[in-house]
Amino acid sequence: MIYLNGTPRDDPGEQTVAGLLRVLELAPDARGIAVAVDGEVVPRAGWSNFAIPDGARVEVLTAMQGG
Amino acid sequence: MADSARRQSAVPENGHVSADPLAGDPTTTAPRSTEPLAAEAHTAGSRTAGALTKDLLTIAGRTLHSRLLLGTGGFPSLELLAESIRASGSELVTVALRRVDPAARGSLIDVLEREGVELLPNTAGCFTARDAVLTAKLAREAFATDWIKLEVIGDEDTLLPDAPELLKAAELLVDDGFVVLPYTTDDPVLARRLVDVGCAAVMPLGAPIGSGMGIRNPYNISLIREAVQVPVVLDAGVGTASDATLAMELGCDAVMVASAVSRAQDPIAMATAMRHAVDAGRLACGAGRIPRRTYATASSPRAGIAEFDSPA
Repeated sequence: MIYLNGTPRDDPGEQTVAGLLRVLELAPDARGIAVAVDGEVVPRAGWSNFAIPDGARVEVLTAMQGG
Repeated sequence: MADSARRQSAVPENGHVSADPLAGDPTTTAPRSTEPLAAEAHTAGSRTAGALTKDLLTIAGRTLHSRLLLGTGGFPSLELLAESIRASGSELVTVALRRVDPAARGSLIDVLEREGVELLPNTAGCFTARDAVLTAKLAREAFATDWIKLEVIGDEDTLLPDAPELLKAAELLVDDGFVVLPYTTDDPVLARRLVDVGCAAVMPLGAPIGSGMGIRNPYNISLIREAVQVPVVLDAGVGTASDATLAMELGCDAVMVASAVSRAQDPIAMATAMRHAVDAGRLACGAGRIPRRTYATASSPRAGIAEFDSPA
């Protein structure tokens, strides 16, 4: 189980950040996406290898109108 | 010292001249940065509409033709945003970083890419240096830019900056290689401190974000212009075109608008107005305004005036 953008989510096959983005239908090379796990940035280059720990708070962010 | 001399020269020598910084000796109100503009106007001829074409704004080595920065917030549709960007002539637009919305229609990034503008991500909504720094790092990952409009808010009602947290975040981000453009109060001392830690520009507020109250303390904006050597971008508070003009007349290098355009009844018309307002203010600043006086100064000669009464 992880917390995806604040919502609990139980989904196998999301062991890595890249896997999670695939399930969310966000192309892994998509410009404008950033990911933080437990308050730390996961750099784009590490998305395929970064294993999301159980209970992690995952934030998947993108550009919104603002400022 | 040059600074104190400059301050003293602002004291009116003539009792009829107002001490308003908008009114003083042009050398007092016109900042150093306007000198190239003035020189160009003399050599190229300022009657041409293209008097500003070579008057470029440079921030951290990036050259911009437009001195208007546009926020993307508050536009009712992406189509209206795109048309307003075109009307404004802006080349640098701000975006916020938020959780992905699976139901979102259309991509903001695609629209901005199509319009050919550069993204300036902000840290809007951050209340601590820690959150702002993390958001800036995420923005760098998302948009492949190390530019950040740094906002660290200290109060939910006024959205005024939290000065100590802002300064702390600015220092951390500069050390991490960011080009930091901090949204700050209109405090000249804080502006100087932000530049001291390496900020590439300062973005003082005219009034609270979205308030449309204009520039509440033009004296401080003038003082900030004198206090720092980096570009000064008036941010927040602009309600209509004259506010943007005033900012430029005070010596600001650029103006940032968001709500004033996006929440106007006709955003495209207001975006157009803002573009002209910034140009007008820039030209007026370089032109050197006349001092304000209490009494009239005739513009027609007194000599040769006709006498219509018969001699006594």
